[in-house]
Amino acid sequence: VVLLHLKVTASGLPKLRAFLGLSDVSISEDIPVEGDISMPPTSSSQDDGFSTLDEPVKDTVLRDLKAVGNKFVHVLYPKKSKALLRDWDLWGPLLLCVTLALLLQGGSVDSKDDGGPQFAEVFVIIWFGSLIITLNSKLLGGTISFFQSLCVLGYCIMPLTVAMVVCRIVLLGGSGTVSFVVRLVVVCASFGWSTFASTAFLADSQPQNRKALVVYPVFLFYFVIGWMILTFAPAQ
Amino acid sequence: MANTKDPFEFQEFEEAESLLEETRDATTINIDDVNEFRKQRRPGRDEVEEDLLANDDKAELLSGQKKNAPFWSFDYYQKFFDVDTYQVRSRIIGSVLPWRGKNFIELYVRRNPDLYGPFWICATLVFAIAICGNLSKFLVNLGSPNYKYTAEFGKVTIAATAIYSYAWLVPLALWGFLLWRNSKVMNLVTYSFMEIVCAYGYSLSIYIPAVVLWIIPSEGLRWFSVVLALCLSGSVLLLTFWPAIKDDHIRVSIAFMSAIVVLNVLLAVGFKAYFFSSESPHQQTNSSSVVTLVQSKPHT
Repeated sequence: VVLLHLKVTASGLPKLRAFLGLSDVSISEDIPVEGDISMPPTSSSQDDGFSTLDEPVKDTVLRDLKAVGNKFVHVLYPKKSKALLRDWDLWGPLLLCVTLALLLQGGSVDSKDDGGPQFAEVFVIIWFGSLIITLNSKLLGGTISFFQSLCVLGYCIMPLTVAMVVCRIVLLGGSGTVSFVVRLVVVCASFGWSTFASTAFLADSQPQNRKALVVYPVFLFYFVIGWMILTFAPAQ
Repeated sequence: MANTKDPFEFQEFEEAESLLEETRDATTINIDDVNEFRKQRRPGRDEVEEDLLANDDKAELLSGQKKNAPFWSFDYYQKFFDVDTYQVRSRIIGSVLPWRGKNFIELYVRRNPDLYGPFWICATLVFAIAICGNLSKFLVNLGSPNYKYTAEFGKVTIAATAIYSYAWLVPLALWGFLLWRNSKVMNLVTYSFMEIVCAYGYSLSIYIPAVVLWIIPSEGLRWFSVVLALCLSGSVLLLTFWPAIKDDHIRVSIAFMSAIVVLNVLLAVGFKAYFFSSESPHQQTNSSSVVTLVQSKPHT
């Protein structure tokens, strides 16, 4: 808290007003401070007391991969820890999104009206969808920061990507009724998992009376992705 | 205060400075106190909300103060998402049941139009139509040997274009028309653009359950639910917009109301015809010319 002491008399008011104008600029009380100031993403390595400049590239890559893998574990076992929120990154979401979009390709390759989503459509739906959900939760008054929310929504696609891999494997065996039922169960389970995991991370940042308003778009988002996975039909 | 030549002091206030010199024991004001004072003078947002509900005259003044944020700032849009779960729920119910209240905007929206409902209702409707249309086509063709299932993902784009343009362009046109008529004939009730958008967005909510019903491949049930949804959402819109135009010439007001109805019918029948068209030709004669008109629209 900045304490400015001013000596004024009755006619010294213009000066006071000038200082008030100044204080409006420098001390913004109305805007809540967000994010995690004490631990920026790079601080974990700096805390150890050595520079990352002279370490082998392999260590750098492995450390980041380990961080990404660590977050995957957090999504698979969504207890209410802040680990996914604290050090956000967008590598994991990018990886998952590209994997999912690639796996959704290779429907009826050559025909024009195969009807399945194209790579770009999947990409745009995932990134625009999470962007709009994030904006929505910010506009509703959520306290989570912009990239934290993007990170959580992106990482929570992972159950659905796993479901996509399972669906591809099941489809190798044929596309009869049994295979459809298996795929339906897998997609429904992973859809529920994704929604549950993301709300476990996101819902706490919302005011109590608006949680449903924030959870509903997340539900719709994963539902659409689940629909894309379920309706995927490979080339014959 | 020994050093009177402080470089940070404002030089133009010579008189004040000399006064400061003379009276050493003048009142000391902490800047935090002043901020407290300013805070007390400017009411918080919650208080504004309460006042809005409590006092109409005061609300008019304060709502003007609320709109201070410029349109490119984040705060400007935040006020369109200032709703709670129960408000959204009551607005959806109010937009479905016309007999619950006479005027949707007057009763549910007044002075706090939100964009949350319109946006997410439209998004839900887009995906509901694309997915249900696809499912119904699958059910109709189930068992026929030469049918190969496709996801028809392109229909999402068409549905999104149709629904979002309906939910934004029609309110824009209505708002412009009301503004123009207001300059000629004095109307007692005026609506802002956001209020009209809000009313239109919520009026689409009845179509979501209707569209889900359309999965069942029975033409009778489909037309029944189309007409039911049309009556409900259309009557809510009519009851809402009638007070705004009723003081005008009778011809203008009737034209205005019929335009609302015709656009609503076009939308509903267009959904039915384009996304849930049966393959068999005899069923297409049901809706005569409207079908051809709407079906030709997406190709342009």
